[in-house]
Amino acid sequence: MLQLLQLIVSGAAIGCIYALIALGFVLIYKATETVNFAQGDLMMIGGFLGLTAMTVAGMPFAVAFLLTTVAMALVGMGAERLVLRPLLGQPAFTMIMMTIGLGYLARGVVTMIPYWGTETHTLPVPYKDEVIWLGGEGTGLVVSVEHLVIILATVVLVALLYAFFRYTRLGIAMQATSQNQLAAFYMGIPVRRVNMLIWGLSSAICGVAGLLLAPITFVHANMGFVGLKAFPAAVVGGFGSIPGALVGGLIIGIVESLAGFYLPEGFKDIAAYVVVLVMLVVKPNGLFGENLTKKV
Amino acid sequence: MHFIFKTRYEQDISLFKHSGQVFWYAALALALVAAPWLLSEYALSQFTFIGIYAIVCLGLMLLAGFTGQVSLGHAGFLAMGAYTEAWLQANGWPFMISLPMAALVAGVTGIIVGLPALRVKGLYLSIATLAFGFIIEEVVVRAEHITGGNAGRQLDKLMIAGIDFDDGTNYYYLVTFIAVLCVLGVLNLLRSPTGRAFVAIRDSEVSAQSMGINLAHYKTVAFALSAALAGIAGALYAHKIRIITPDQFGFLQSIELLMMVVIGGLGSIQGAIFGPAFWFVVQQVIVVGKDWLPPGLGQQTGLQPTIFGFILIAIVLFEPMGLYGRWLKFRTFLEIFPFYRKGMFKRQKSYMKSERMK
Repeated sequence: MLQLLQLIVSGAAIGCIYALIALGFVLIYKATETVNFAQGDLMMIGGFLGLTAMTVAGMPFAVAFLLTTVAMALVGMGAERLVLRPLLGQPAFTMIMMTIGLGYLARGVVTMIPYWGTETHTLPVPYKDEVIWLGGEGTGLVVSVEHLVIILATVVLVALLYAFFRYTRLGIAMQATSQNQLAAFYMGIPVRRVNMLIWGLSSAICGVAGLLLAPITFVHANMGFVGLKAFPAAVVGGFGSIPGALVGGLIIGIVESLAGFYLPEGFKDIAAYVVVLVMLVVKPNGLFGENLTKKV
Repeated sequence: MHFIFKTRYEQDISLFKHSGQVFWYAALALALVAAPWLLSEYALSQFTFIGIYAIVCLGLMLLAGFTGQVSLGHAGFLAMGAYTEAWLQANGWPFMISLPMAALVAGVTGIIVGLPALRVKGLYLSIATLAFGFIIEEVVVRAEHITGGNAGRQLDKLMIAGIDFDDGTNYYYLVTFIAVLCVLGVLNLLRSPTGRAFVAIRDSEVSAQSMGINLAHYKTVAFALSAALAGIAGALYAHKIRIITPDQFGFLQSIELLMMVVIGGLGSIQGAIFGPAFWFVVQQVIVVGKDWLPPGLGQQTGLQPTIFGFILIAIVLFEPMGLYGRWLKFRTFLEIFPFYRKGMFKRQKSYMKSERMK
């Protein structure tokens, strides 16, 4: 029983990372109907930026965290402005290829930057390798602080996002844009600028995910492949739903963690994909998805 | 400029539109036959690779360029073909039978992958292929008694009817012959009702459906054919490279195949050949050019992905029809010189069509 709990907690922590990346997908998908295949690579860049801020510039973790988030927002907005806006109105496939190209490029460029390179780095976070015993030292549930931070940060972030979308003018404008771009435009919402901000927001979330994940998996150029597991998370939750992304991420993370323990070797890596295939066959719209019907 | 005056209905579906095309394609065929005398052994081996990749890209083009379905797991089909061929050869099957078997196994896998197409479409289908790609890769790693696991699996010399195809020239001819057959097959398919249905699905699923096209059926057929072509290429690839390991068929391979198709030019058979050809030529240019670059830059492993990433982004931004589109523009420029105008191939602006309906 304790073991099961243990697995669920560590699965939930990884699941939160998937959820954050999936959240990035969902935000962009909702607003622009583009799927950003470079999301995982954005996370990788975030990890590297945080690493540089901490080890090269010697900043404390909190400052580095904030700076990375801001820098990532700028990266996202820059990418939108430079290469994605000119493609506005093109078929979805064009956009997908563009983001795939961006991700491919990012993985190449990162290895050429001095100090970043092809090696794996450790992010020296203050809470590294610490554990907390819940329910008695040595007998209770052991939770590593890294996992706890991920879960707490995700909860806080999702709550903030919820408040942002619910109570701020910009958040409501973003919702309007995602529901109907033309109507939002008629209402005086600067749709293009809102799209740019959404890319910024989504990248910033990915940067946070990168910093949270870095203590567990190290920082390296192929770190972004974790982002591919966020697709199953987003699909399970229903692609256009923010709470869905969170629930989907948690489901994928926990299933993966349980599969790694109870099933033969190898199932851990494909558990997420098996879940998504089952989901696609059984309930293609996901748990929280809206009914998709194609307009002529 | 050629003005084709059509006097017979068959002209609409003929493979060659006019005598000029016959001449140039005959010249190309002659050049392909003469290549072993003109090229070094290394260049010939690169040509063989181009031929092999052209077959995969042809399949992917059929799927992505003509049916409008994006596959993010095409390397999985390549793996199915390669490992089927390796296993059958080890069990003493002749190549003449094992090659169609490799295509068949990959094709059946394609049908299975296409099955979610009965329920989902567009983006969701891409994610299903992504998932299948990863699952196939993992299965290949784990099924060690068939695939040799991570250590890889070795293939024996390829002998057909007593002729040694391990030899570079012979193998080049074999690959070229099969590639040409595949191109002709796909060309024929595209002028058949099935091919027309594919294009209709790509252009608008709703209108295709209302014309009586069974979407799920045709999408599954497209997946099966595309996978079968990948299976053939996989078998040829296995014989060329002689030792196959699971990491050759990973997610990156799928992405690179897709990049080749887009760089070549979506929606054109020529693009499926231009893409891999360009890819291998640029690869060679990078290998040669490395020595001239400062060592800090030239020795970087990330140089190649960076360059290809830039090329892809530039193509998507500026030349959505890929290299074939560029060639088309250039040819038009020559044909109607000096009357070429800048806006002749202007991309149509369209409003974003939402897939959601509230």
